[in-house]
Amino acid sequence: MHPGDMSACEIAGAVARGDISAFECTQAALSRIDRLNGSINAFLHIDAEGAIASARSIDSRRARGESLGPLAGVPIAIKDVLCTRNVPTTCASKMLKDFRPPYDAFVVERLRTSDAVIVGKTNMDEFAMGGSNENSAFGPVRNPWDLSRAPGGSSGGSAACVAAGMSPIALGSDTGGSIRQPAGLCGITGLKPTYGRVSRRGLIAFASSLDQVGPMARSAADCALVLETIAGHDPGDSTSLKADVPPYSRLLEESLAGVRIGRVAAHFTEGLNPEVARAVDEAFAVFRAAGATIHDIEMPHARWGVPTYYLVAPCEASSNLARYDGVHFGHRTDTAQILASHAADRTQKNNIDSDQADSTLVEMYRKSRAEGFGSEVKRRIMLGTYALSAGYYDAYYLKALKVRRLIRQDYLNAFEKVDLIGGPVSATAAFPLGEKTGDPLSMYLVDLYTVTANLAGVGGISFPCGLSASGLPLGFQLQSPALAEPLLLRAADRFQRITDWHQRRPHLEGTLQQP
Amino acid sequence: MMAAASQPTTSATTDVLSYTIVIGLEVHVQLLTRTKLFCGCSTAFGAAPNTQTCPVCLGLPGSLPVMNHEAFILAVRAAKALSCRIAEFTKWDRKHYFYPDLPKGYQISQFDLPFSSDGKLLVCDSKGRFAPRTVGIVRVHLEEDAGKSIHDESTGCADSRIDLNRTGVPLMEIVTQPDLRSPQEARAWLNELKLLLVYLKVSDCNMQEGSLRVDANINLHIPLPDGRIAKTPIVEIKNVNSFRSVERALLYEASRQWDEFNHTHAEIGSSPKQTRGWDDPAGVTRAQRHKEESSDYRYFPEPDLVPVTVSETELSLMTSAQGETPALLRSRLESQWSISAYDADVLVNQGIAFVGYFERLATILSDGKSASNWMQQDVMRMLNENTVAIESFPVRAEGLAALIAQVSSGAFDTSRARDIFSEMVKTGRSAAEVAASMGIADVGDDELMSLCRELVACNPKIVADVKGGKEQAAAGLLGQAKKKNPNVNPGKVRQLCLELIRAM
Amino acid sequence: MAISRSDVAKVASLARLELSNVELDTMTRDLQGIVGFISSLDELDTSGVEPLAHPLGTQNVFREDIPTDSLSLSEALQSAPRHDGKYFLVPAVLGETGSA
Repeated sequence: MHPGDMSACEIAGAVARGDISAFECTQAALSRIDRLNGSINAFLHIDAEGAIASARSIDSRRARGESLGPLAGVPIAIKDVLCTRNVPTTCASKMLKDFRPPYDAFVVERLRTSDAVIVGKTNMDEFAMGGSNENSAFGPVRNPWDLSRAPGGSSGGSAACVAAGMSPIALGSDTGGSIRQPAGLCGITGLKPTYGRVSRRGLIAFASSLDQVGPMARSAADCALVLETIAGHDPGDSTSLKADVPPYSRLLEESLAGVRIGRVAAHFTEGLNPEVARAVDEAFAVFRAAGATIHDIEMPHARWGVPTYYLVAPCEASSNLARYDGVHFGHRTDTAQILASHAADRTQKNNIDSDQADSTLVEMYRKSRAEGFGSEVKRRIMLGTYALSAGYYDAYYLKALKVRRLIRQDYLNAFEKVDLIGGPVSATAAFPLGEKTGDPLSMYLVDLYTVTANLAGVGGISFPCGLSASGLPLGFQLQSPALAEPLLLRAADRFQRITDWHQRRPHLEGTLQQP
Repeated sequence: MMAAASQPTTSATTDVLSYTIVIGLEVHVQLLTRTKLFCGCSTAFGAAPNTQTCPVCLGLPGSLPVMNHEAFILAVRAAKALSCRIAEFTKWDRKHYFYPDLPKGYQISQFDLPFSSDGKLLVCDSKGRFAPRTVGIVRVHLEEDAGKSIHDESTGCADSRIDLNRTGVPLMEIVTQPDLRSPQEARAWLNELKLLLVYLKVSDCNMQEGSLRVDANINLHIPLPDGRIAKTPIVEIKNVNSFRSVERALLYEASRQWDEFNHTHAEIGSSPKQTRGWDDPAGVTRAQRHKEESSDYRYFPEPDLVPVTVSETELSLMTSAQGETPALLRSRLESQWSISAYDADVLVNQGIAFVGYFERLATILSDGKSASNWMQQDVMRMLNENTVAIESFPVRAEGLAALIAQVSSGAFDTSRARDIFSEMVKTGRSAAEVAASMGIADVGDDELMSLCRELVACNPKIVADVKGGKEQAAAGLLGQAKKKNPNVNPGKVRQLCLELIRAM
Repeated sequence: MAISRSDVAKVASLARLELSNVELDTMTRDLQGIVGFISSLDELDTSGVEPLAHPLGTQNVFREDIPTDSLSLSEALQSAPRHDGKYFLVPAVLGETGSA
């Protein structure tokens, strides 16, 4: 089998046994990336040199009989929202176009220790804000299943990379659905862990109380392998949970007999595409056949999930992005121009009305940020700043936090009756590029099924459960109580032993690199 | 309450003006931790610029704060010693503003649920220049410091330079009620606060190094003829670099507000709170540029830090090791050693080590008063002359006690003892060793008797004067006695000679 | 609460974002739509409900007061748009103060 089509589990096993070298696997990944990235634009930075060097080191260590990490030789792509030491980390933004962090994110440290081979940094919606990967300053990502369509976002690059077989696994981040939704639209498996399960140190913050890093792969089994490596307490992240990390990849065997899965009737509104609805209900049937029982449950506050999210997240984002001011790092505008125009002002008037005119410094801030940020990022910064400003805090942010508690309570109540909640991950299959870019609100609604998990801090996984008539992937989502990743992964894995949707591949032979 | 006249600086008149000066203080104190509040960078003063930073305090993308436990404990100790209520539940908030020395674009601080509130600190003046003043403390909270901007005016339009070593250093902010009624009280209160915090080892309160900063808020309450009280707009004074400057700035500002009120009759509320900077060389406050929107800090709960709960048990654990406060120490010394309040105050003001030395001395001598006198006069003088701190003083309390004992027994007189003490400090040797090397020895009774007989025999005129009723003439014998034997105790010589003369 | 163009201009100033007149118009329209959408939260009665700032209720996370390595001077300055080898440089901050 071509290494590019092997799973992470298979590669790890083969490399450990010596059946294949890390170098071969890495070469295969790099050459596929080279062939396909022009059309898909999944990668912002390809680190061929670094990857080959890692691979060779792994191979020589193996030859010397030294022990290797659990992901030895497995190529992995990393969403460009995660810091990689001295390797460009841009968040797909002009603001960080030339930023090379002097440190690795916690999860990157873990991956290096596990001997995974980092092949590059993937494209994303700028600062993780978006649902289609069209907000990147470096061009949109195209869905490998149909290059005229979006892969979803914000981890669109990672999703497309895995879907196209450029690497078997990737890391994404999920704040309102940014792992699960693109996974759904690209026909792959993506997991958002319980909040605090994976350290956020080195994850460039979008919304701190919602962000989580998670694995994206072609199977739940591969996700389990990656999660084992990156999860765990980090004293460098105050929100990191102290709970032990179970050996997820070894907990997949147990049957689903007796597992109770909730179905929310309200999910199946007229906004839900009928093909998606059908595939989702067929998936429920698969689980029933596997021994689980399906129960009707209600999540009474779910319909306020998106408005709540679009208050909490922009407020936190407006704060987290205040540091991008062109002073210590990141893009700074051309100050020579500002100084020249101020000098011109001074020669024209005798005294500048200093209360009216911005000082050079303030103008530097305003221009640097205007030049560095794209329009969606600016919108969210503006919204967040407005909602936190004097007089509005109670009506907006505080109100949203109260609704957040109600949403969380919905989950707690639901999980007294069921062990998992099943349903759609996206209302539609992949939509055409440009379809939603004219209307911010329509783009926000792509997060309909995913935001509440982030607000409540619970875990969620999405995986393919069908194909549309036009051959586009359809996704299914399972959500679990906090720290129930073993059950999430096991349920998804069981589904993937019974069905083969996760083994379908987009047709890429006809895909040529753009001239 | 009446305040003494604050003389207008330009006017020649000296009318007694009856208004009340109202002062509140905002004090920022750097805590004595080894590392910063949210990261492990060193807080040592004086390092080369930008050599004590890391991704966290630089606010680099992806960085996260983790709270320094020691900082929290020190802050709680300080707040408890200031009689504050310690909150069972406290949380952290982000305070947003854009400035080059604030890399994250927000400061992690505390807004609506500070860890402590509702305290007080009493200041007394041992010389009675003002009545004891209890100053209420609104709150004490914990926050991180910002970096430093250096503006080089000399090169005109050049860049400002930013040093981020100080970003993230733990600060305790203490906000008082406007309970102070004179610039003098304010200065004294700050001294008392500093003494307390140094005693608790919470901070070294060194204004020169920036580990203590003060902003003072002042306005006047002026009784009007119609019975109403007019209040002048509150002014916040910044850029005061010493307690003395605080006093001078407040004096100036009170006077300036009085003049301004007489011209404009502007009262509080007619304009927003003004900020004025103190220009020490010129001795004036100057209005600073007014920035409206800088006051919208958009506070919200810090999502990267979790809240902190403090139980009763934890609170007693945190505060059990803290030692006596200056106030408690003063009263204990007073009662335990039977010394005056004034003496106790002087001793305590010199710091814990000084008091410790005093107590060891007093214990050995079983005499607080004598120990206190020696500490205030001789030890202080030696410390100043030799510019040495009590912790490194070459003479231990035991050694000094031995010397003092000999003075009490009459072996040396006080001035001799001072000479010996001086030499002890210089050489580090014991009183006995120094006395021996200086040839100072107790003069035996027989030797003393024979010397006195000699003196009496050789000074018939003095004998005649004494016999004639002028006892003070005997003093003339003392100089001769010292010349013959410098070790003689003048008191004893005089007494013995008088006895001999009377017997003649 | 309707958001006006001048509100938006003030927010842009607060957020240190320069917006052209055209952008100000677009932003006003966009924000009006979004704020309108978000106002559906007003439909919910949340009296007596405690806000949820941290999803999982962790408390009391501390670190010990033990020094760790700082970045070297060159690492600290490496991403700076302008520096002089010792300090970060910004246009002169004349007569302005931050706060606190």
